[in-house]
Amino acid sequence: MSDEKVTADDVDVNRRKFLTVATAATGAVGVGFTLVPFISSWKPSERARALGAPLEIDISKLEPGQMITQSWRKQPIYVVRRTPESVAKLGGVTASLKDPNSEASDQPAYAKNEMRSLKPEILVLYAACTHLGCLPKQYFTVADPTMGADWPGGFFCPCHGSRFDLAGRVFNGSPASANLRVPPHKFESDSLLVIGVDAVQGAA
Amino acid sequence: MAASSDHAGKTGFRAWLNKRLPVDEFVDSQLIGYFAPKNFNIWYFFGSLALLVFVIQILTGIFLTMHYKPSEAAAFDSVEYIMREVEWGWLIRYMHSTGASFFFIVVYLHMFRAMIYGSYRAPRELLWILGMLLYLALMAEAFMGYVLPWGNMSYWGAQVIVNLFGTIPVIGPGLVEWIRGDYGIADSTLNRFFALHVIAVPFAIAFLVLMHLVALRQTGSNNPDGIEIKEKLGANGKPIDGIPFHPYYTVKDIVGVGVFLIFFCGVIFFAPTFGGLFLEKPNFEPANELSTPQHIAPVWYFTAFYAMLRAVPDQQLGALLMLLAIVVLFFLPWLDRSPVKSIRYKGLLSKTALALFVVAFVMLSYLGLQPANDLYVILARVFTAIYFAFFLLMPWYTRIEKCKPAPERVTYHA
Repeated sequence: MSDEKVTADDVDVNRRKFLTVATAATGAVGVGFTLVPFISSWKPSERARALGAPLEIDISKLEPGQMITQSWRKQPIYVVRRTPESVAKLGGVTASLKDPNSEASDQPAYAKNEMRSLKPEILVLYAACTHLGCLPKQYFTVADPTMGADWPGGFFCPCHGSRFDLAGRVFNGSPASANLRVPPHKFESDSLLVIGVDAVQGAA
Repeated sequence: MAASSDHAGKTGFRAWLNKRLPVDEFVDSQLIGYFAPKNFNIWYFFGSLALLVFVIQILTGIFLTMHYKPSEAAAFDSVEYIMREVEWGWLIRYMHSTGASFFFIVVYLHMFRAMIYGSYRAPRELLWILGMLLYLALMAEAFMGYVLPWGNMSYWGAQVIVNLFGTIPVIGPGLVEWIRGDYGIADSTLNRFFALHVIAVPFAIAFLVLMHLVALRQTGSNNPDGIEIKEKLGANGKPIDGIPFHPYYTVKDIVGVGVFLIFFCGVIFFAPTFGGLFLEKPNFEPANELSTPQHIAPVWYFTAFYAMLRAVPDQQLGALLMLLAIVVLFFLPWLDRSPVKSIRYKGLLSKTALALFVVAFVMLSYLGLQPANDLYVILARVFTAIYFAFFLLMPWYTRIEKCKPAPERVTYHA
């Protein structure tokens, strides 16, 4: 046996090729499975997910025209109690809005209306600008001198100049292309707002 | 080669060593035996200076990690601790922060050198692409490094940059959550950026530097005349217009290092924040997720691309344009159709285009630092158009212009 020499004719090339490819493929599958834990380790951990549980906010002391900022899942949330006058104004700015009916914007179905809210006076928004995540500042004064005579009251992002009305809808000429996002929320009672849980459709 | 036969006769430790590790052979073939064009000028300092800054960043970085704590709760305080309480900590930290800006200064000058002398042209396309990959890795490294002090600009800069990935259709939102490891920029984000900044990206950079140098040894250096010195070989088989890299250019580079260190130390000792340009003012306040700085701007080396992002009134298109501004650089070797490589022999069109490109890049860098008001946005659009026109029109203007003939031998005045 040991004296026998292997010549080129004895080598089954196809068999060698098959074995090479099969070995490489098996190895690749193994590498693929091994990658899963490493890639998954970057996802939010159990602790991060637990800390992201729904947030209850008492809004009984929020006066008309006031805004409070709360943090849920590391994201600032604006809660505004709009005055009846500012609610009435929302219909008048439609022509100068990019997405007046919130077709291309991100909100739960129950907030896809002109007020973008469950209740006309309570506006709940993710504060992060839909452009690049800065926090738009509150400019609620009608015809605020820095914003111009036709300013209906709303938000202005100091980073890149996006402007939003009091329903978080973006004005034409802003770098942001979508309205401010509305987080899932519901009312436990008239004074208790819960962020992170969807209201049952039509419950409002 | 005569040099290597010298070592054959070595005895003692040197012979013992070289039998086991080819030290002398490496020096002979890569440093003494590597012939570089003899007409290098001041522009040829910046490659070796980039390597120097890389070494400075690694060394100072290692010592910073000995005191820095990569957590949301401790990061900002640990940097202040380094600045105030660690002996000489302020110096090591300022060397590192100033090194980041100087890295980009020398890399931008190094890239500009390649652009004026056509060093990206065949056969050096891959050398250029490896350089561009290094530039990308450097941008990632600088961005993640800027997040680590966990100042308010770190936090909001991370917010803006990470959210850029959210503009990718379909996978964007999930991708952003995966990058952050939380529902916002959080402890997990800081921790993984630390790991990437300290281990993963530096390894990638070191590997790419090695590949960049190997590719350079393969093609040989270009020179200010943009002609191939390998086409004129002397009796010894070496280019007649070449001189051994060592000792000639190693010694020359040491002079460059000396001049560089004067500027580098000047900034470290007299203007470490460089008027808010190298270390931005809002970053001396701790990160605050509920308070955006009045005006978010990245550090100066990213502002040209940032100005392009803001020039577009649609975020998806803006992010895409910003990406294209970098991608187009990769194609430079194939966009330039000129019969000559060096700007010395190119026509007026190429010279004008390059001058306009420089003006556009500098102006965009300036505009990216300014608030996004109407005039600045319009200017940013004009200069963005010039930036892209430089590349996209290059196949035409390099072909139709009248060039001077490139010389047979390098021009050299001893």
